[in-house]
Amino acid sequence: MSQKVLLNAKAINIILHRLACQLIENHNDFSNTVLIGLQPRGKFLANRLAEMLTTEYKIKNIKLGHLDITFYRDDFRRGEKILEANTTDIDFIVEDKNIVFIDDVLYTGRSIRAALTAIQSFGRPNEIELLTLIDRRFSRHLPIQPNYRGRQVDAINEEKVKVNWVENEGEDAVYLVNS
Amino acid sequence: MSELSVNHLLGIKYLNKKDIQLIFETADHFKEVINRPIKKVPSLRDITIANLFFENSTRTKLSFELAEKRLSADVINFSASQSSVKKGETLIDTVNNILSMKVDMVVMRHPNPGAGVFLSKHVNASIINAGDGAHEHPTQALLDSYSIRERLGDVKGKNVVIVGDILHSRVALSNIYALQLQGANVMVCGPKTLLPKYIKELGVKVETNLRKALNWCDVANMLRVQNERMDISYFPSTREYTQQYGVNKALLNSLDKEIIIMHPGPINRGVEITSDVADSDQAIILDQVQNGVAVRMAVIYLLASKIKH
Repeated sequence: MSQKVLLNAKAINIILHRLACQLIENHNDFSNTVLIGLQPRGKFLANRLAEMLTTEYKIKNIKLGHLDITFYRDDFRRGEKILEANTTDIDFIVEDKNIVFIDDVLYTGRSIRAALTAIQSFGRPNEIELLTLIDRRFSRHLPIQPNYRGRQVDAINEEKVKVNWVENEGEDAVYLVNS
Repeated sequence: MSELSVNHLLGIKYLNKKDIQLIFETADHFKEVINRPIKKVPSLRDITIANLFFENSTRTKLSFELAEKRLSADVINFSASQSSVKKGETLIDTVNNILSMKVDMVVMRHPNPGAGVFLSKHVNASIINAGDGAHEHPTQALLDSYSIRERLGDVKGKNVVIVGDILHSRVALSNIYALQLQGANVMVCGPKTLLPKYIKELGVKVETNLRKALNWCDVANMLRVQNERMDISYFPSTREYTQQYGVNKALLNSLDKEIIIMHPGPINRGVEITSDVADSDQAIILDQVQNGVAVRMAVIYLLASKIKH
């Protein structure tokens, strides 16, 4: 197994600042916007962006939630592994809100499809956007594209993109893993 | 990722500690789901479940049906009073006829102990026991433990007394297994005639004095006297039973500590428990009912994920 560094901590930090600024450009003071990190891996990026918007860009009252999509996935009983659920934590109303889904890697688009269904359980949002740190081009199974992307990556199917976060793995880095 | 060690839920006897842990963790997620504005998830949209009730039930049947519908499973219902069982069909034939309509899972209540185990050996479907005679009622025991865990944080080390008609109770046996598996101390309390002769073999304490039992426990699970299963007289009168084994507010107030009161239902108000106790803050009877849906969703979800596509 070999792995190649796609992004180091410094590059990730620059990208996070750019993504934060792009969000501000479209959502101003975030008064009608909520950020939703997709469980399990999207929550790290969502937490990081929410913190950056609050502390460095002085935006008050950022609403942040985490959405688990396990029960909405389309591969129940189809794989060897049993699907493990995570915590959903949305303590606000999404009715008529502008939602930004946040996930670390966009690959087939199936998780996002599940998230689009899952969020309907909480109401009818005004609009939903998608932000991903890594966009794996040419590997989509569904017509889904991000509104904000950190970096586009061309990876073949056997390759895996691994995103590490200080909070979880002890470092900020993105690797292309060849198994 | 862990999965259940079993393909059917026939009794708590067949589960291990990890299974119970997994069911509770999954139920936590479903509890969050059923408190959403839209309480339904599409996980089991390609699963069909048959609810076969050869014995009367309201709570359990509704709870299972709701759990199945909240998971988006297709549901068919069957009760023995309106069926061909009356015309002489055997259990295996009845179930195989239903399964040939492409049913993946069977939830069954039956008056005979071991009916679920028997069925699991002869038909090709995942079986959930919703009560088999006076034997086991595993989902009730799971939701009871889940409710204790929710109120007290943990089941381990807690003192739980089961009061009443232990002899005819499937809830008692499943609860004893489930509580012991999780490290709780279990006592049974009731008139000697309603305690099975060899109950001590299960490693439970036995007490015939209700006051002593309540002083010992953190949680009291009150059972109904199952008159419909009694062929002889086990105690002189209902009034005497109530005097000896009924819980009232005065008795609870005279204890050293505040204990939790549980009841699997249906309640006979004024017999094993008075109305002021049943409706008090100490009673978690309605929490048990709400948790029942989440726990049953977890059991169905986990078993269904083991059915191969």
